[in-house]
Amino acid sequence: MIPEAEPLLSVQGLRVHYPVRHGWRGKPLAVKAVDGVDLTLHTGQCLGLVGESGCGKSSIAQALLGLVPATEGVIRLDGHEITGNARVPAMALARSAQMVFQDPMSSLNPRQTIREILSGPLRLHGMTDRAEREARVAEMLSLVGMAPEVASRYPHEFSGGQRQRLCIARALILRPKLVICDEPVSALDVSIRAQIINLLLELKDRLGIALLLISHDLGVVEHMSDRIAVMYLGRIVEEGGWREIFTAPAHPYTRALISAIPDPMHRDRAPARLGGEIPSPLSPPEGCAFHPRCPLAMPRCRSGDGPEFTRISADHRARCHLLQTGNPHV
Amino acid sequence: MKAGANLYVGGGIILLIAVLAIFAPLIAPYDPITSANLMYAEEPPGAQFWLGTDEQGRDIFSRMVYGARISLFIGLAVQVMNTAIGVSLGLSAGYIGGWWDEMVQGLTNLMLSIPTIVFALALMAILGPGLLSLLIALGMTDWAYSCRISRAQVLTQKSLNYVQSARTMGFGPLHVMFRELLPNIAGPLIVVATMGVGSAIMAEASLSFLGLGVVPPNPSWGGMLSSAREQLMVAPWVAIFPGLALFAAVLGFNLLGDGLRDLLDPHGKGRK
Amino acid sequence: MTETVLDVRDLAISLCDGPTPVAAVEGVNFSINRGEVFGLVGESGCGKSLCALALAGLLKAPMAISGGQILLEGRDLSTLPPHEMRHLRGNKVSMIFQEPMTALNPLMTVGDQIGEMFVLHRGLTARAARMKAIEALEQVQVSSPERRINAYPHQLSGGMRQRVMIAIALACDPALLIADEPTTALDVTIQAEIVELVLDLCRARGTAVMMISHDLGLVARICNRVAVMYAGQIVEQRSAGDIFTAPAHPYTRGLVDALPRLGRRLERGQERLTEIGGVVPAIRDFPQGCRFAPRCGRVTPECGAAPVSMTDLNKGGRVRCLHHV
Repeated sequence: MIPEAEPLLSVQGLRVHYPVRHGWRGKPLAVKAVDGVDLTLHTGQCLGLVGESGCGKSSIAQALLGLVPATEGVIRLDGHEITGNARVPAMALARSAQMVFQDPMSSLNPRQTIREILSGPLRLHGMTDRAEREARVAEMLSLVGMAPEVASRYPHEFSGGQRQRLCIARALILRPKLVICDEPVSALDVSIRAQIINLLLELKDRLGIALLLISHDLGVVEHMSDRIAVMYLGRIVEEGGWREIFTAPAHPYTRALISAIPDPMHRDRAPARLGGEIPSPLSPPEGCAFHPRCPLAMPRCRSGDGPEFTRISADHRARCHLLQTGNPHV
Repeated sequence: MKAGANLYVGGGIILLIAVLAIFAPLIAPYDPITSANLMYAEEPPGAQFWLGTDEQGRDIFSRMVYGARISLFIGLAVQVMNTAIGVSLGLSAGYIGGWWDEMVQGLTNLMLSIPTIVFALALMAILGPGLLSLLIALGMTDWAYSCRISRAQVLTQKSLNYVQSARTMGFGPLHVMFRELLPNIAGPLIVVATMGVGSAIMAEASLSFLGLGVVPPNPSWGGMLSSAREQLMVAPWVAIFPGLALFAAVLGFNLLGDGLRDLLDPHGKGRK
Repeated sequence: MTETVLDVRDLAISLCDGPTPVAAVEGVNFSINRGEVFGLVGESGCGKSLCALALAGLLKAPMAISGGQILLEGRDLSTLPPHEMRHLRGNKVSMIFQEPMTALNPLMTVGDQIGEMFVLHRGLTARAARMKAIEALEQVQVSSPERRINAYPHQLSGGMRQRVMIAIALACDPALLIADEPTTALDVTIQAEIVELVLDLCRARGTAVMMISHDLGLVARICNRVAVMYAGQIVEQRSAGDIFTAPAHPYTRGLVDALPRLGRRLERGQERLTEIGGVVPAIRDFPQGCRFAPRCGRVTPECGAAPVSMTDLNKGGRVRCLHHV
């Protein structure tokens, strides 16, 4: 499959730094939540963004939605640049990208009916005709498998899985081209997860939207994603098609993540242990950020700016010194 | 159930005062001002004058009924002003944060460090006595609590995803603050505002007592107490009944506030 | 070596806030041997955490044990007065929780919190307890324990805090360790470490472990035997090797199929995941007959008629289903 020339979303050199200060006169520091990230996502594709807490995956989502300003870098979404001088107004951005959050319990305003929640954005975006709004609300509700009659009810009347369906309906109501899903199933019961995963994949194919799936659950990521980017401490350390990532992971961190998943089919195979803790993005280690935990770390990993990307195949690259030296461990 | 009792007793007291105030011309047997007649000065309570008369021979019951109008009106109007100021400041400080938050918090701390009545006195001294100055003086000085509470509530609510979601839809800060956040923090604010009516009535009485509030001969509970001071030994009823009315009104609003808190508490059973 | 540490017989837990108690958990039977790891799996609201709280004597009103026995080394915990239960807790039975931050006292150093166990249950002096606390931290593989002992919980990372919780729980060599979703709040790479740590320590000491989780994959890999709970009942109890590869109850089957497991897409492509329709019933709405019947694909009229009891399977284990595989 050769994607068309212009991707729906392209992110280049994105940095999101949060200023912090300890006390009144403390030296101003920066939490480098995202530190130089490139991403591309084509219409109809699902990109999985994987990483542990604090790796910066949620900050990328917030920057894409315009909720936090990008410190540096260029984000192009649907032909518009949404960073720098040529900022797209919030309204236009809202029609291009929307989000489904992890916790469906807190994602719907408890004081509004489903109708208010779904039709409010339509009115804001200039749909003045009431009947037209009603029709769109009913259409979206049936799209996510809910009856149109639920529109007059309040969020607390629904179960977790139903609320997540309603959240998806809200994310789709302005017909965006990109939907960001931040851990869309991890707050749900196990027996409900399959429903939501199936629904998201079905909607992706039916509406031709692009999904940016943010998750730490590799099982979900493998099932849903076309491409996968693995993040560690604000940077992407490996990127490629799902098949390459899962069958031939190149970065030691990716391999550690995959082997940390308990495999019930092979009870004798103990998961690999990765020592140490995730460092603070306030004081990232020198050199490759992963070297303090890396079982294969070499002297050259401990200094400098960290490794650049090495291309493994046409669609697969990783940041690791081992790949450059042609190390047999890889 | 105790929670229910608070609500009903408090609500009952307030309702009674409200009925007296609204239908004052129908209820009061005499005119509160023009009925002055020195022949009947300082009559004790009896069949003709239910609660007695004051030093000018005016019927105390009639003056109290008309005084309820002033007290209730000032109490409510002042509290509406205070809540509007407090909620606007607290909501915006909590939601926007940064330098605006620090400024509002500084101002709130300043207001809390100076007793409200002293602040109001100073304002009255500038504005001069009268109903309008009273409204302004009290309505601008007692917003610190509602400000603090709305700020604290906003801080816990604004991290919730429905707020984020409204922002991603393109809604501006005013919509998010007043349409998304305000309905979700209204419960505790209603409680504070209700209790605040009691203190506003008290503050009005204090200022009137000091001669800075409602201008005589217009009847107000504080003013009646003030003029009763000199006859306290001879005609105690002149002070006792307005004092009781004040007590009942403040108690009523506090009980109502307590009852509402129990009703609106998310952990209580009163919620749908 | 089949020394039974815990024997739960016909345990029932009821919600007692109305005129008639409503059973939230009923007919729960299982036993755990010395050195064994037993898994209790289920979704939120299935009653697995209630069982754990009942075993630790921590059930809070309106929930109460309404029947059955909990025999820990032969003593019935369900009838034990609170002060004796308090003595057993931390000493014979201990618990680790999902979120270590809320289970630790934020105002005490971790050293004091571990040492407290030795002072309380072993009668050691503060000085001796401190030495033991350092030793305990060393055992849970905390680096430079002499220094970490003076740290407050908020100064530690999530993984580190969970290690401290484990040190506290295992301080007095309990006979039974209850682990309630011990890794759910942690990152993937830390999860694997914590699980292996608990298993290593308990295996070495012969501690019986009850592992409570919603993650069937995790439980199936690390436990010896697994019980699956649904709507307040155990629906299937099997050896861990079988439960994932050959589930007998339609609900267990559904859970296994619904999981987007690693490697599945390579085997079967991006097929639609099997869904379990409907939702978990609330305590007051438990169906009369088989509680899974309204969501079950193999349902027949007799499923809804009368409560279904556990039956033995030829291949070992027990299942609560009329039409099991």
